[in-house]
Amino acid sequence: MKNNCLFLLAVFLLMQCSSKEATVYTPVPYTLEVPTQFTNKLIAPIIPANNPLTEEGVALGKKLFFDRKLSGNNTQSCATCHSPQKSFTNNLQFNEGIQGILGTRNSMPLFNLAWNFDERFAWDGKEVGLEKQALEPVRNPIEMHANWETVAEKLQASPEYPDLFLQAFGSSEIDSVLITRALAQFERILISGNSKFDRYLNGETTLTPQELAGFNVFMDEAKGDCFHCHGSDNNPLWTDNKFHNNGLDSNFSDLGLGAVTGDTNDNGKFKSPSLRNLKFTAPYMHDGRFATLDEVIQHYSEGLQPSATIDPLMKKVNQGGVGLSLQEKANLKAFLLSLSDSNFVNNPAFRE
Amino acid sequence: MRVLLFLLTGLLTWSACSSPEEAQIANVAIRFSHNWENTPVSAADFNILKFTNDNGEMLSIERLRYLISNVILTNLDNETYELSPYQLVNLGDEEVSIESTQVPAGDYKLSFVFGFTDTENIDGGYPDLNTASFNVPAMLGGGYHFMQFDGKYTAQNLPPAGFNYHVISAVNTADPNNLIFQDTSFKVDLGVVSISATTEIEIKMNIAEWFKNPNTWDLNVLNTVLMPNFDAQILMHQNGKSVFSLGTVQE
Repeated sequence: MKNNCLFLLAVFLLMQCSSKEATVYTPVPYTLEVPTQFTNKLIAPIIPANNPLTEEGVALGKKLFFDRKLSGNNTQSCATCHSPQKSFTNNLQFNEGIQGILGTRNSMPLFNLAWNFDERFAWDGKEVGLEKQALEPVRNPIEMHANWETVAEKLQASPEYPDLFLQAFGSSEIDSVLITRALAQFERILISGNSKFDRYLNGETTLTPQELAGFNVFMDEAKGDCFHCHGSDNNPLWTDNKFHNNGLDSNFSDLGLGAVTGDTNDNGKFKSPSLRNLKFTAPYMHDGRFATLDEVIQHYSEGLQPSATIDPLMKKVNQGGVGLSLQEKANLKAFLLSLSDSNFVNNPAFRE
Repeated sequence: MRVLLFLLTGLLTWSACSSPEEAQIANVAIRFSHNWENTPVSAADFNILKFTNDNGEMLSIERLRYLISNVILTNLDNETYELSPYQLVNLGDEEVSIESTQVPAGDYKLSFVFGFTDTENIDGGYPDLNTASFNVPAMLGGGYHFMQFDGKYTAQNLPPAGFNYHVISAVNTADPNNLIFQDTSFKVDLGVVSISATTEIEIKMNIAEWFKNPNTWDLNVLNTVLMPNFDAQILMHQNGKSVFSLGTVQE
């Protein structure tokens, strides 16, 4: 009788272990650390109901973000163009894909993406939703140039990934849907909210007179008038996440949003990037045409080019811009650099 | 016992029916529409120099967002029902509305405030409006835009130029050390509406009114940097009062 009982118990235990999927594993919810000024000033970030943040999902997403297996020849990862030390961009105007083909857009920095409420990503807004956006660079022939099925097979064959997917999503069957969900989870925790200006707003430090004067240039409708598109002390994203033609060209070699919508009224419009972390993210603009912040400020001050779709917020276009003085330019630059968040780029949690 | 139960049930039924107005709860919603002198305007009309103001300038609309607050119904007993504490209306959105609110059926005066009164114009106090980048710089008193109306205009065959018809609570900055503020929000009374069952009320904005009544607006003179322009804000305040009207009331 005793032996029979032991036998039954053994069979029972074997049945429990026979399928990993049958083992119920509940991922641990991930607690997003939202800066105080975000909580106070902004509405809640977007976390899709079908892809909640979990410790396991975020950790898996981070591992995938740095894994070169996601490229066609195992030479590039997401981090190749989106380096943590550079606020998740790099300092190249354009990047070479795995076959040495140069892209045509500057890689965008990655942070505070969960506060992009329209969920239109990329310079031209062609990707709707962070999960969907993550699909694109992997299969883009001039970027990572991989086949998603092949990528999934490579990960499936690795000794560690199946278990990590099982823990994160309850399934060890790896596919592009789960991979991009994990990547999106990691990207959503990339929060930058600890610049000098943030600390100033929180009463933890003071700004120099030059930085304060630069903030006034930024907020003055007759001077920089930057706040209409780039946030303010009350919108700490420092972007409106909308699309504007900021007067770079009179004729467009890159239609931007217009190529996505098919509407000629959108030609030459690109997403206004956040002004956080400019210290780390040169060169600037969608095509990286400006190597320095001085060039950027010079453009808005004196270099505006007229076109049918230039944003009406661009002032005195026929004169090239509002014509800031040298002192105002220097002040504005000092303020802009106060939005740089060294803690973000040095955060070990975001490193490989 | 059965008789008592019967009488009690009857009494309850009678009392429930004895006050029909209490039983009639209506759902009322607000829909916003926009026109240029009775020609409907939507986002599909953006970016086209197709409108002519009273001063003769051709203009286009590229962005039109405005804020209203204290959208209330007031009945004959002066009881008020709030339909919305505030609402940012964006003509660029496909459909703009205030969702259904339950009120007792009856006759009401419908009113709202264009913008925020000074008391409610709390700098940074509304996360959804901050997120929408609708703020006014602290150097102009802070708070929020009442309207952001951007577009291009052309006159005398000159190339189109941008305009930013931005309405805020006015501030006189002539003396930077002594800013003088003037609350330029204003109440809009749309008249009496009868509400029964499910009712949708249309609030109409005639965009052309911003340029004509009582002040003929000259875009060649007043086009950009109007936020710190106290006199321009007063003119906008005056012109805004004839912009809104009651549209259809559908049951």
